[in-house]
Formats: sequence, C-alpha cells, structure tokens
Amino acid sequence: MFQMQSAIRLAGLRKNYEDVRAVDGLDLEVRAGECFGLLGPNGAGKTTTIEICEGLNTPDAGEVEVLGMQWNANPLELQERIGISLQETQLAEKITVEETVNLFRSFYRNARPASEVIDSVQLGEKRKGRVGQLSGGQKQRLALALALVSDPELFFLDEPTTGLDPQSRRQLWELMETFRTRGRTVLITTHYMEEAERLCDRVAIVDHGKVIALGTPNELIATLGAQYVVEFGVGEGSTVAESDLAHLGGVVGVRHEDGRWRLQVAELHTVVPSLLSLLERNGVPLTELRTHAPTLEDVFVSRTGRHLRDV
Amino acid sequence: MSEPRRSLEDHPLFQLTKVRFLEFLREPEALFWVFIFPVLLTAGLGLAFRTRAPEQVKIGVLDGPRAAAVAATLGADKRVVVQQLSDSGAAQSLRTAKIAVLVIPGESGITYRFDDTRPESRVARSMADDILQRGAGRADPLVVNEEQVRERGSRYIDFLVPGMLGMNLMGTGIWGVGFAIVDQRRKKLLKRLIATPMSRSHYLASFGLSRFIWLVLEVAMLVGTGLLIFGVPLRGSIGTLALVSFLSAAMFGGIGLLIAARPKTIEGASGIMNLVMLPMWVFSGVFFNSSNFPDAMQPFIQALPLTASVNALRSVMLEGTPLVGLGQELLVMGGWLVLSFVVALKLFRWK
Repeated sequence: MFQMQSAIRLAGLRKNYEDVRAVDGLDLEVRAGECFGLLGPNGAGKTTTIEICEGLNTPDAGEVEVLGMQWNANPLELQERIGISLQETQLAEKITVEETVNLFRSFYRNARPASEVIDSVQLGEKRKGRVGQLSGGQKQRLALALALVSDPELFFLDEPTTGLDPQSRRQLWELMETFRTRGRTVLITTHYMEEAERLCDRVAIVDHGKVIALGTPNELIATLGAQYVVEFGVGEGSTVAESDLAHLGGVVGVRHEDGRWRLQVAELHTVVPSLLSLLERNGVPLTELRTHAPTLEDVFVSRTGRHLRDV
Repeated sequence: MSEPRRSLEDHPLFQLTKVRFLEFLREPEALFWVFIFPVLLTAGLGLAFRTRAPEQVKIGVLDGPRAAAVAATLGADKRVVVQQLSDSGAAQSLRTAKIAVLVIPGESGITYRFDDTRPESRVARSMADDILQRGAGRADPLVVNEEQVRERGSRYIDFLVPGMLGMNLMGTGIWGVGFAIVDQRRKKLLKRLIATPMSRSHYLASFGLSRFIWLVLEVAMLVGTGLLIFGVPLRGSIGTLALVSFLSAAMFGGIGLLIAARPKTIEGASGIMNLVMLPMWVFSGVFFNSSNFPDAMQPFIQALPLTASVNALRSVMLEGTPLVGLGQELLVMGGWLVLSFVVALKLFRWK
C-alpha cells in the first residue's frame, strides 16, 4: 500500500444555508497520522465542514477528498474506514452499553471485540448498565467507543468535550491521546483552546467559514511575538492613553475591551515595573493585574477582536 | 467484496431488530397500552353491554270502570308488569318511560297511548293488544311454535373483540414505527447510524421484524382473552386470522413509516398521527357498526384502512369467512400497504 500524504484535502469549500454562509471558501489539508484541530467559536462553520468530510453533508461548491477517495464514488468504503463522534447524538437510553457497542459492531466488516472497545474507554464496569444511567462524561466516552469499533484510520470528533465538567474533560483528553499514539489520523473540532493546544499537532483557526490562521499551536502563539500577556483593570473614571502603553519598552500589542487592558509583552520583568510607574505618575488606580503565557485564545483575539466563546 | 462469515448474532439485521425489541420491552408504559389496556377496555365495554335476561314489559292502565278487569287480564301474563295509574300519574310515567305504553279501557274498545318512535313502546303495544284480544276470546288461525336461540357471536362483546384487535394493530403500527423513527431523527441517532456502513434497508426491515414479533403476541393476547374469558367464537381458520392480522399490521406499519418520513419533532409527528387515526376511531366500526353512518359517507368509510381491517377480522372470527371471501378488504389493505411504503421511501429524510 502506498503511503498517503494527506488524509483529508478540502479546496474552495462552500456551503450556504438559506442566507447564511456557513462555509465560505475553505481550504484545508490534514496529513496522515496527525491530530488536526478546527478551532473557532460556535457558528464558525466547523460542524458543517466536519460533516462534509464525514459524508453527512454535501458542499455547494469545492473539492473534498478523504483518504484519497470521493464520497459519491466510494461511500461504503469510506464509511468502513472512518470513525465518527457527532455533536449531540443521544443514544437509545434503555439499551445497555454492551448492546449499543454490539449494534455498531454489526455494521462493519471488521470489528474489534466489544469487551476490548468498552475497556479501551474505561466503561468496563458499566458494560451492563443502560445508556440512560450514564453520566455526561461516560456517554461521551461511549460515543468515542462507537467511533472505535471498526478500528478506523481516520477519526472525526465533533466537539467531543462540550458541556462536560473539567474532570471528565481531562479524562477524555487522556483517552484521545492514546489514539494518537496508535498512529491514526484525527480531525477534531473544538471551541476550547486548551483542548486544541493539548491534543493537536496542527490547528486551523476558523472564523466566518474561513481558515484565518494555520499552524502548530506553538507556531500560532509565536506569531504574537509575545512571551506573556498582561491583563489589568483600572478604577472607574480613570483612563490611560493607548499610545503611552504601546510605547512602554517590551510591549508588542495593546488591546482595550470592556474596561480592561490586554498587553502582549516580550519581557515581563521590564514591562510590569514600567507599567506600574506609568499608572502611578498618572494617578490611575489599579484594580486588577494578571499575567499568563499566551494561548490560542490570545491568537484568536488578536486576529478577530473577539473571544472564542463570545458567540 | 466477499463478506466474512459471521454468526446470526453479528448480523446487522439481527442486532437492529434486537435493539428495537428490547427498547419496547423496557418501556413499561408502552407494554401497558399495547397489552393491558385493550383487554381492560374490552372487559369494561363487554360488562356494560352484556346480554341480559329478557326484560318484562311495563304497561300502565288508566283508572276507570273497566281498569281492574283489563289489568287482571294483562297481569296474568308473566312477560308484563302492570300498573294502574291516575290521569296525572299516567302522563308522568309515560313521559319518563316508566311505562312503555298506556292502556285506556273504553266503553266498547281500547286505546293505546305510546311513543311510536321508541321500539320498546311499539313492542309493548303489540304485546298488550295480543294479550287482551286473546283474553277477549280471539282464536289464532295458525299454530305457533317458538324456538329460542341465543347464539354466541351475536353479542356486543363478540362484535367488540375483532374491532379492538384492529384498533390495536393500528395503534401499535402507527405509533410503534412512527414514534421510534422520529425520535431517532430528533436525537440525531439516525444521523449517527447512517454515518456507518449500515444498510438502510436493514434499518427499515428491523422495524418490520420487531413489529412482527410483537404482532404475534398482541394478537394472541387479545384473541386469547376473547376466546377464553368472554367466549368469543373463532369460526374462521387460525391461518386466515393470522394472515389478515399480518396484512393489517404491515399496512399500519407502512402508514407509520409514511407519517415518520419527514417530521423532526415528536410534536409534529404526533399531530399528524392523531389527525390520521381520529377519523378511523370514529368511522371504522370499532365500537359500533359503521353502516350506522349515512350512505353518502360509505365509500369514504369503506376505503379507510381500519374499516377494511376490522371488517375482515370480524368476518373471519364471527362468520368464518375464508380468505377468498375477503376480496374487497384485502384489496383495500394491499392498496394502502403498497401506496404508503412507496411514498414513504420516496419522502424519507435520512439526513
């Protein structure tokens, strides 16, 4: 078998719903063996894009190639070789975990043993339990198990941790990291930047149906040219001039929103003292000050002026 | 592509049917409505409209000079109860149907006062006249013998059981198939399933198969209760009854599939289901004979799926009609079956 270079290739993808442009000329290439993240706010077109890749939706225009094949030419072959976890699938509540896994196993030519699949998502103790009695995190793990039954080459995970508590989310991340070590390709959509940073080899930031940034999480963060982000708030009625802040040594970016300032800085140890003395000189009281290492969220904010979870 | 050998247990049709079957089995409310409710309803209605010993006919005699003699003649007959009444008492009793007819003895004859639109009043008038004429010396020219037959199959319960069976097949077919599909579409489970290599015909066939298993139990339960507890006759062959039940269930399953072809919400689907079933509950002759409706409506009523089903079931059970005698009903049901499946498959929204 020849070595495939790209697992998914999308070119000029477009999809409109009535008057909404869900996907607006999107190009993307996912390489075989990588974990690729589509990061963007709700409504950015991530789900439409991933459903087109899954064969559940058809584009108005553009090219789609999955595992080197076209959906209309090889639908069954593609369905055999991909694994899917949809956003918001509710499985039959009265059916047990094992019965659900066995149902899905029966659809594939080559299915892994049910017990192996169930154990791999740590639901062994719930094997005889009904789906309706599972917690949110357990249900999501079962959805993952259903994507795993055919031991696919390519996984599609649409918002796999949305609505879960932090602990369940971390548990799911650990599971997904084990798939990556199996050398499979994963396409994941998320609006959690921690998720993309932790799981993905490469990330495409999507907004209004287009890719607005592409690269490894570190590359994208490096485009900010900042080592740290400093956020501070000032007392009501006080103002600081944006130009004063921009001229502080070591500041590479300034943004003001909702009464708070956000500085992208190269060197924390020089910026903070000069910021404090600037504020003191102008008699501006400080109400809040924090710093953090820049994240994909900061990349999104700097490119769009909005937050990932705004919408 | 050669299909690897797999056991029945691993076959998708087996798995889909098993899950459908278990989902229903684990729904206690659904089991109640399908198995217990029809039996309770049948028992209740059977009790209310049970056959009673013939009632005595109530006759009033208006006070007057010859009243006592007339009342005595009438009272000698076991089939009647006689009351002597005053003017005002007689009017009151007639009005409230405490008596069926008022006999007014005259100088040389008799007057009967009664409501001629009430069958029991007409019967009472004839009976009173008969007794009085004979008492006055009338000789009947013909010799009369009576043979009294109380045949199984002519009681209300006999009429009701096949009707309930038809209605149950309609309910489980339309609800059982329709709700399950719309619910899976609403929960995005249908979407998840069609993202797998699952065959769509296996998906649809699994509804048919699991319905078939429940059908056997449903028919056995209702017909069995009718036979054993209420003594309802089964004059036709079991094979004919099974075939008519199967055709009815398949037809209603097809209608359920058609209703479920597009709706995305349970509310939308249940609105259509009620709209479809309501006319049949009323017109199709489940609880009373559909020939009570005006002639102008009969072509419409006869074309209803449930009318054909109930009429066929009733003919098989009560009259022992063989399959060849059910041409019209089978034709109507077959027509609905083919029509609903073809249109449903054309309209079906998979994605």
